[in-house]
This record gives sequence, C-alpha cells and structure tokens, in this order.
Amino acid sequence: MGEVKLMKGNEVIAEAAIRCGADGYFGYPITPQSEVMETLMERKPWETTGMVVVQAESEVSSINMVYGGAACGKKVMTSSSSPGISLMCEGLTYLAGAELPCVVVNVTRGGPGLGTIQPAQSDYFQAVKGGGHGDYKVIVLAPASVQEMHDFVFDAFDLAFKYRNPVMILSDGVIGQMMEKVELAEQRPRWTDEEIVKMHSSWACTGKTADREGNIVTSLELDPYAQEQFNYKIFEKYARCEQEDVRFEEYMCDDADYLIVAFGSSARICKATIAQARAEGYKVGLIRPITLWPFPSKKIAEVAKRTKGVLVAELNMGQMVDDVRLAVNGAVPVEHYGRTGGAVYTPDQVYEALKNKIIK
Amino acid sequence: MKQELIIAGFGGQGVLSTGKILAYSGMLQGYEVSWLPSYGPEMRGGTANVTVVVSDQPVSSPIVQMCDTIIVLNQQSLDKFEQNVRPGGNLIYDTNGITHHPTRKDINIYTINATEECAKMGNARLFNTMILGGYLKVCPIVDMEYVKVGLKKSLPERAWKTLPANEQAIVHGGEIITLVHKAE
Repeated sequence: MGEVKLMKGNEVIAEAAIRCGADGYFGYPITPQSEVMETLMERKPWETTGMVVVQAESEVSSINMVYGGAACGKKVMTSSSSPGISLMCEGLTYLAGAELPCVVVNVTRGGPGLGTIQPAQSDYFQAVKGGGHGDYKVIVLAPASVQEMHDFVFDAFDLAFKYRNPVMILSDGVIGQMMEKVELAEQRPRWTDEEIVKMHSSWACTGKTADREGNIVTSLELDPYAQEQFNYKIFEKYARCEQEDVRFEEYMCDDADYLIVAFGSSARICKATIAQARAEGYKVGLIRPITLWPFPSKKIAEVAKRTKGVLVAELNMGQMVDDVRLAVNGAVPVEHYGRTGGAVYTPDQVYEALKNKIIK
Repeated sequence: MKQELIIAGFGGQGVLSTGKILAYSGMLQGYEVSWLPSYGPEMRGGTANVTVVVSDQPVSSPIVQMCDTIIVLNQQSLDKFEQNVRPGGNLIYDTNGITHHPTRKDINIYTINATEECAKMGNARLFNTMILGGYLKVCPIVDMEYVKVGLKKSLPERAWKTLPANEQAIVHGGEIITLVHKAE
C-alpha cells in the first residue's frame, strides 16, 4: 500500500503530476485551483525529478508552453478554472489539430463570464465539445473523489499518449477544495531522452537524425482535401476511443425502478439521495459517467429502458441531459435538475426533484 | 458510526484547522473522512465554515444539509446554522459575543467559554483546540492517541513546539463544556 495522506483535491493533482513522472507544468493562478501550482512550488520537483514548473504570464501562454513541450514528446500539463480554460481553448484545438498529447485540468467554477469562484459543472458542453473550433474531440475524465483526482492524472497521460490527443480532467470546486484520504502512488521516473526518442521519434521533435525525415508539428494544412483526409484519420482514432475507453460507475442499478445520471461531485451527492430514497422504498440507481467523452451512451440506454424515468442532476442549467436524452432516445422520460452559478444542491434537494419530476 | 458536522465562525478563529485536525484523527483511526471548506474572498474577519464527515462507511455526499453536530463561534454562524442541527443533535457554541442565544428545544445545546478560558491561560491561539476538546467530550468518536497524531500532522513543523499546550487545551475543553439544554 502506498503512502496514505489527507489532502485537498488540488494538492493531489500536483502530487500525482510529480509522481507519474511528468516533465512539465505550465499554469497561471485562478481560484479555485490555485493550490495546484502552490503545491508544485512548495514541492520543488525540479530539484528531485527534474520536472519543470513555470508560472506563465497568462493562460494563453501556459497552453502554448504545453504545446511546445508536447511537440517534443514530453509529458506536460496545465490546470486552470473556467475563465482560464476559455482562454486555453484556442490552444486545445491546435493541440488536437497537431495530434499532440497533453493533460489539462479544469477545476470548474460558476459562470458565465468571470462568474463566481464556487463549484459548478457548467463547463460540460465546453469540455465534451472540445472548446475550440474545428472537428475534434477532447477525452474528458470526471473525478468524483480526491483519490480519483490522483488516479486520473496517471490515466489521463496514458490516454493522451495512446491517442496523441489532449485529455481533460473536468473537476469542480468541491473536489478541488475538499480534503479526503488519498493513497499516493510510488514515484515513477521521468522518461529519459533515449526513451522519448524510442517511443515518439516518429512524430515528435526529438532531434532529426540522418536516418529519418524531419518531423513537422503543425495544425496548418492549405489543401482542403488533405485536411479532409486528416480529419477522417483523427476521427478513426476517436471511433477507436469510443470502442475501447468508455468508463462509468454503475451503482445500485440491478433492481432500479428509477435512474439518476450524474457526474463528478454531483454523483457523490446523489448517492446520499439514493440512500434516502431507498430508505423510503423507492428503488433508485445511479450511473456515473467517468468519461464524459466518450460518453457511456450504450450503458445508459440499456439501464434506462428497464426503469420508469431518468433524472439528470448536474450543477448547471442542463447540459449533460442532452447526451442522456440522445442515449435514451425517448424510451423513458428524462428530466433535468440543476443549480447554477456556484450554488450546490444538497441530497435532500435532489430527492425533492426526483419525487417531483420522476417518481410523481 | 457516522458523524456529520459543520464548524462555523470568523476567518482566523481556526475553524478550518479544527476540522482538519478532526478529519486527520478520524482517518488515522481508520474511518472514512471528508473535509469541505466554504471558500471565498473572505479571510481574517470574514465568515468561514467547514463540513466534516467521519464515518465507518465510504462518505457519499461531502455536502450536508442537516448535521449531527454544529459548532458555532460567532453570532452570524449561530443565526445561520441553528436550523441545520438534526432533531436530537448537538449545538455547541461559545457565549462570547453572543446576544441572541439559541431557542430550539429539540436539540442538545452546549456552551463552552473557550475565549474566556484562553484569555485566562494567556494564549488566544489555543481557542480552536479547546473547542475541539469540548466537541470530543460530547462526541467521543476519535481516541485521544489519534487526536494527538492528527494534531501534529495538521500543524506545520515550526508549530510543533505548541503541541503540549494544544493537547492540554483539548483536555481542558472537555472539562469546561456545559450542557445547558437537553433535547426534549
């Protein structure tokens, strides 16, 4: 068993970045995720593993530093919160367009605009639709605990390099600010230059040698037909991701008459709702999508059709509910319950909504 | 066993660290714990609160509406959180600066004059550990040996010289807490 500590979700992101052997973190402070860089600055990984930590002059700069590191085949990441992520979206589409791996953490706060600094899940659309322009996807992992904040940093880098694509960890102020028990993984070594050449010299800028052509990392293509072929190619990659890497948690669904679909911190709250509902004789189950893209549509469709109705609880005005409705495709009623702007519902409030909208 | 509590007061009173010591101790004793702060632009002088859950089962929701115990350290927090104590639950407060006292009859109400006692002891910084001691007397969910380790783990190394005084304050908190109303 690894080292067990009581830590904040944000602190754990930093700790996991060091321990998974990341090469670089580039960020800019913003509440409620500032502890990520604070922790890195305290830990000084440049003195131990050699990991680089840079406070950039802006989020735009951070994401472009990530682009630079990724283009060299390095394990690089950034983190921010909603308004900062909006600034990074141009970079995200360029990263996807250049087929570069990286990890981006969004500790979501209430919006729109500068909004509030309290927890929200209103960046669901932005995350699962990619955020920037053009035809591309971002793989999105939604942690529901401090332990998952830790584990998903490792998983996110694995997926980023498997598909050579940005991966986002979509968290929120609850998970970022909360302290829980976490078991930390053993320190992994960073890749050596030789290992990077061996694994990534087919595409990364690792230094051209006489026996190969130079690699050009770009997202610019002036020939529309070549761009079309490229887009077909990355969508084959996305189709493979949809086949191989959909993740979800199924909770008390076997006998469920009613289903809740919720992700991240909301799923935690809904588990308490389910305990209340079951104590009063209502058989309620939960599906927690862990990958928000690729979305567990098949699983939701399969479970939903055995129930009398689905409540989608999310801290926004109704975003994931669209994907659930597409999955369920009219088989049973699908309703949304949310709070927004940084307000967080309690288990009782979700239960009221469940009774009013679904159980009736 | 499951204890859901909120600790609320002014920023700077040690509200968040009291919760952290309790959560750390609970974890060391083998319980599942969560610690969720209110966070905002407020710092010293503003309001602060933290929700702590200590349970022998995995913690589902870290967000709680009705609590087993609520500890309030100023008037605003008392006014705001008195309604959030479960019937039969506990409300613990320091009477210092309180003009409107709690009125509910269906909960246990305890007072702890920690501000005054700390002043007598000449160290206002023992306030929060004294409050924690009072709480642990009412709800002895964690053994003292784990509280001591939790306390040490929660404090930066430069503050370890204050450990004996803080441990003493925890014990003294247990001595001075007083039941003023028993739940009807």
